[in-house]
Amino acid sequence: MTDTTHGIGGLTFDASKRDWPPEAGVAIALVLITATFEILGRLIYGESFLFNTREGVDGLFNTQRLQVIILQVSIIGIISLGVTQVILTGGIDLSSGSVVAMTAMIAMSFAQVGDINGIPNSRAVFFDSGWVNLPVMLPVLVALAVGLCAGLVNGAFVAYTGIPPFIATLGMMVAARGAAQWWTAGQPVSFPTESYAAIGGGMMPVAIFVGLAILFHLILKYTVYGKHTYAIGSNEAAARMSGINVKRHKLMVYAMAGLLTGIAALVLSSKNLTAQSGMGLMYELDAIAMAVIGGISLQGGRGSVLGTVLGALIFGVIISGFTFLKLDAYYQEMVKGGIIVGAVVLDQWRQGRAARKM
Amino acid sequence: MSDIQTNISAGDVDHADGHPGDVILRTEKLTKHYGGVHALVDCDFEIRKGEHVAIMGDNGAGKSTFVRQITAVEQKTSGRIWFDGAYRDFNGPLEAREAGIETVFQNLALADHLDVPDNLFLGREKTLFNLGPFSILDYRGMREATMAGLQKTGVKIPNIRNTIQYMSGGQRQCVAIARTATFHSKLTIMDEPTAALGVQETAQVENIIRTLKEQGEPLILISHNMRQVMELCDRIVVWRRGRVCANLNVAETTGEEVVAYITGAKTQPEYASAA
Repeated sequence: MTDTTHGIGGLTFDASKRDWPPEAGVAIALVLITATFEILGRLIYGESFLFNTREGVDGLFNTQRLQVIILQVSIIGIISLGVTQVILTGGIDLSSGSVVAMTAMIAMSFAQVGDINGIPNSRAVFFDSGWVNLPVMLPVLVALAVGLCAGLVNGAFVAYTGIPPFIATLGMMVAARGAAQWWTAGQPVSFPTESYAAIGGGMMPVAIFVGLAILFHLILKYTVYGKHTYAIGSNEAAARMSGINVKRHKLMVYAMAGLLTGIAALVLSSKNLTAQSGMGLMYELDAIAMAVIGGISLQGGRGSVLGTVLGALIFGVIISGFTFLKLDAYYQEMVKGGIIVGAVVLDQWRQGRAARKM
Repeated sequence: MSDIQTNISAGDVDHADGHPGDVILRTEKLTKHYGGVHALVDCDFEIRKGEHVAIMGDNGAGKSTFVRQITAVEQKTSGRIWFDGAYRDFNGPLEAREAGIETVFQNLALADHLDVPDNLFLGREKTLFNLGPFSILDYRGMREATMAGLQKTGVKIPNIRNTIQYMSGGQRQCVAIARTATFHSKLTIMDEPTAALGVQETAQVENIIRTLKEQGEPLILISHNMRQVMELCDRIVVWRRGRVCANLNVAETTGEEVVAYITGAKTQPEYASAA
């Protein structure tokens, strides 16, 4: 204790003893998985997974494959951005998939065309009311509002009744699926206007996903909202004693997750040009898995949007890689399941190691 | 007995603005019931500016309950609290903190995954623009204020950007105490600040308490450690079964006497109702 550069209690600070940020591990995993597919592809088929080997095409990388990798995870990725925030507070949201279906059904109903190739589209939900060919703003606002409401209901139950988030969002999961079926008595809603179809067309889902990811990265890192989200997940009692309105903040976080789910529903129904009550099945679990693989601790308080984006990319690479290796989809699911459990085991191990170091 | 003692026993509490100018906090008949449990009964307590007062008593005597009432973590059943020039009725811990009552809680109110400045400013972050919950954090301002606060208390933390989870118990306790200095609080309350600490770490925390004393910061210290209390405090107020049973000047008492009050072997005549 004579050396004043030392810490209290004789402890010293050793930079080499600092843990790697969890994102670094996820990034390494992403590289390793990609490399595995690259090597297997070259060994088995003599083809490259990542690089451009086609004649007469310019570019180092197989651009098409890269696009597919990110495109196929963009929509669930958008949901995962909301789920990330919920998990950071120490909660969970199981309702996303069903809310996607409910939101898509309702929003799509306000986006239908009045006639198809000159024939009146009499199966449009609001055909009799004449609510067809509406400006695209309307279904967009409806989607945001429905998603937001579902999130607010989740948040209200979690924050103000004290029931576990697992139960509150499980209830929403079942109820929203029911609402999606009730809306049209199970009939799909199709034939959106051109401007609605443009929302999820081409690479738009990727652009929306990346844009939102950057936005929420900044929000979580640089705003009071983000700081309180981490604080509640890290030590809820401390947050309350510090004067943070924990209940109101949880309500906001679940509402934010609902809003993002609404956006995902918008993009998905637009991309598919149809909304069905069965859509979005298991999306909630994939969204949670992306976050968990990306290093978001289920105990709350640890992780980042960057991690979730990397987790989503790992998902994309695995799906593309299995297709590339011409392996059946069941293997894909089995490996995905293994990776999810592996990610949580790794997180536990890291936590344990941190505790032993103290 | 001290003059404060006389003040209280004379019931000298209702003159309009005749409060002694240097009293920072006074409670009058402070009472807290949890259902049928009378955790705190008619507590009159006073602390002056620059004074360090120890609160002692057996487990369940009402020490922590008393702190939770004056910091508004819980709402009192009855009684009045006079703080810094006026009767105050805080609606929550944040209001009490904003008024200048800073508390180091027994179970450290720190978020493990946040770093030192984040923890110091938890719930009252410095912001650059006010956009409600989406206000932009002033990381730099918070870092600088943290450094200043740590310097003032003599707390040494190797790297304030490290998350709290990797710090020792002593360092964590120092971070909690440094909140006080950072926010220029008018009254600091410490609830068993060294109960979980080793010898060296305890010495460090005690040094910080001495620094606060030199700077004239009033302090309420809850402690079971007789040596610590005798060394660091001016006065000892003893609680027993939810009531105050003694108010002792450290210079005029001994450890044995304090223990006698704590265990119930003795009660000061002024507090006969607590017997």
